[in-house]
Amino acid sequence: MSAYPGQEGLRTPLKVARGLGSSKTGVHHWWLQRVTAVALIPLSIWFLFLLGGMVQADYGAVMATIGKPVHAIFLIIFVVCLFWHGALGLQVIIEDYVHTRWLEMTLQIALRFGALLGALACVMAVLAVWLTGAAYY
Amino acid sequence: MPTTRPLSPHLGIYRWRVNMLQSTLHRLTGLFLCLGALLVTWGLIAAASSGKAWDIFAAFCTSLGGLILLFLWTWSLLFHLCNGIQHLVRDSGRGFGPPHRDRAFDPSYWKAGWIVIAISVVLAVLVFVLLVLRMGGGAT
Repeated sequence: MSAYPGQEGLRTPLKVARGLGSSKTGVHHWWLQRVTAVALIPLSIWFLFLLGGMVQADYGAVMATIGKPVHAIFLIIFVVCLFWHGALGLQVIIEDYVHTRWLEMTLQIALRFGALLGALACVMAVLAVWLTGAAYY
Repeated sequence: MPTTRPLSPHLGIYRWRVNMLQSTLHRLTGLFLCLGALLVTWGLIAAASSGKAWDIFAAFCTSLGGLILLFLWTWSLLFHLCNGIQHLVRDSGRGFGPPHRDRAFDPSYWKAGWIVIAISVVLAVLVFVLLVLRMGGGAT
């Protein structure tokens, strides 16, 4: 047993005293990354087929393809999972390699805004095509 | 703050094995696929904007540089997908743990890594051959 109160395993007493232990959110991050990954397995395979079907398609055919309700809904789910999974991954990359505190915080905040912006832009674009695309088929 | 506590040994002391390549490629392809998400965003916004905007996007995708990037994105996606599935299987604890890293006990553990890489390359080439055939065939 440890000679210091609160110390277990390899954690130093100083770390316990400063309260800089686990922030208790790592497991949540881990699970979200796995859940979005599982969702992206069928979605990305479906997305590849969707793209394959759009090779050499003209604008009208593209609008008709994206605007199909089933395609539009799955595209929305796909881009939300894509940006979520990507943001979770990039967050870890920044945590691992950027050690200058102000730069790390700036990048982490910019990443969250960027991912939200990208996902929102995609969702709104799909909705716009969905609502106007009826004219193309 | 300089620390006197022992540091964990760095990469240089480990013998190189395929899982190190998988791990590195998984991160690099993930990073690259995040750029691909921006291309998807561009495409969707272009479609929502106008036929002219879509034509600019389509011209980029069918240019030589665009096709090379698309091939790299296709392989990145397929590698990240195959390796991710293996990752999920091992996350569940199946075939994972110190005994499995012993070649004599589980020879398939290291082989699986090479198989994942090989499958992703074969699939990427297959997807692109089909794509080029479709482009050449002028299919609608």
